[in-house]
Amino acid sequence: MRNNNRALEIGTGLFVLLGFAALLFLTTQLPSNGLKLIGPAKGYSVSASFDNVGDLKSGSPVTMAGVRIGVVQGIHFDPKDYRAVVSMRLEPQFNQIPDDSFASIQTQGLLGGKYIGISPGGSEKFLKDGGRIDQTQSAIVLESLINKFFAGYASKSEESKK
Amino acid sequence: MNSALTDVLFVRNVRKFGAVAVFCCRMLVQCVPALARPQLIVSQIYNAGARSLIIIMLSGLFVGMVLALQGFDLLQRFGSEDALGVASALALLKELTPVITALLFAGRAGTALTSEIGLMRATDQLTAMEMMAVDPLRYVAAPRFLGGAISMPLLAAVFSIIGLFGAQLVGVQLMGVDRGSFWSQMQSAVGLKDVMEGVVKSLVFGFACSLIAVYEGYHAEATAAGVGLATTRTVVASSVLILLLDYVLTAFFL
Repeated sequence: MRNNNRALEIGTGLFVLLGFAALLFLTTQLPSNGLKLIGPAKGYSVSASFDNVGDLKSGSPVTMAGVRIGVVQGIHFDPKDYRAVVSMRLEPQFNQIPDDSFASIQTQGLLGGKYIGISPGGSEKFLKDGGRIDQTQSAIVLESLINKFFAGYASKSEESKK
Repeated sequence: MNSALTDVLFVRNVRKFGAVAVFCCRMLVQCVPALARPQLIVSQIYNAGARSLIIIMLSGLFVGMVLALQGFDLLQRFGSEDALGVASALALLKELTPVITALLFAGRAGTALTSEIGLMRATDQLTAMEMMAVDPLRYVAAPRFLGGAISMPLLAAVFSIIGLFGAQLVGVQLMGVDRGSFWSQMQSAVGLKDVMEGVVKSLVFGFACSLIAVYEGYHAEATAAGVGLATTRTVVASSVLILLLDYVLTAFFL
């Protein structure tokens, strides 16, 4: 009987602990404002600054020729030159990326999230840990694109009236 | 309408609602002294919660997996399969987890509660307790109700986690959605409010399921057939009430 009671209490304790651990995970890990438990990934980190990052997020993929080579680690605002500084962590096997490569923010599909695409430059030197990509292109914001289109359309139709 | 029919349709149901409400109040009062005997509640948490864990985990895994499979098929038509994480997380947290956990809970733990208390009634154990001036509401009903009500949100949380794991298993490993996009889009779209919606729903469902199970058992007819009928009524009433309350709670949260 005593043994039986012990097994019951251990079983209940495990269940309750598991339940609370699950609740804790749901409330802290899932929402973006929660704590992060997952540590930094392997590899080396590189940064690049953009005029506008759109809705790029930490965790978004970094790709080269469409193949994933790393992940966005953090996005900060640089108050000196009013640009967004994106730090990326690239996987260690991709260590031969020219240091004059070009980074642009692109969109996955029509409704998909943003990611960073890197196109290689021609330099003989490669990016190292803590390196910086100087040539960047910002995210294309759909609204501004539509604005430009309509502005061009309006001026064209005015010209044709004349 | 003739009076017999009104009686069946209306008066009997109203009376039943009243009886459940009165029973609920009487039992909630007895829950306070029942807290003084935590062993009774612990053993009920074991019965209702820990022993339902396997079925909850197994169902959660497959619900998450099928959700990812269907979601992927739908989302890839719009070329936005990276939103799979968001879609499965929101569907799981807000709707599927509370409702499916509660339905399974009613089937697995609710029936066990009803038939156990019903058999106590049928074998005059409850009457014997009353003869000894021991309140069966305090020693039989309240600990079982508390055990069920405490277990349900914990089971739901486990279901959510396993469901997300199942969704990522199919989405990322099988369908090749990018792991970073899966989690980062999920984390940026899911707010604390969405998580709380699921938790509140599972609390309410746990309360309702346990209350119905204990009530039906306590008021079962003291025969073998009566216990069987009471068990059936528990499942039917719990399932309907869960789906009805789900609509009301969703409307409340939106």
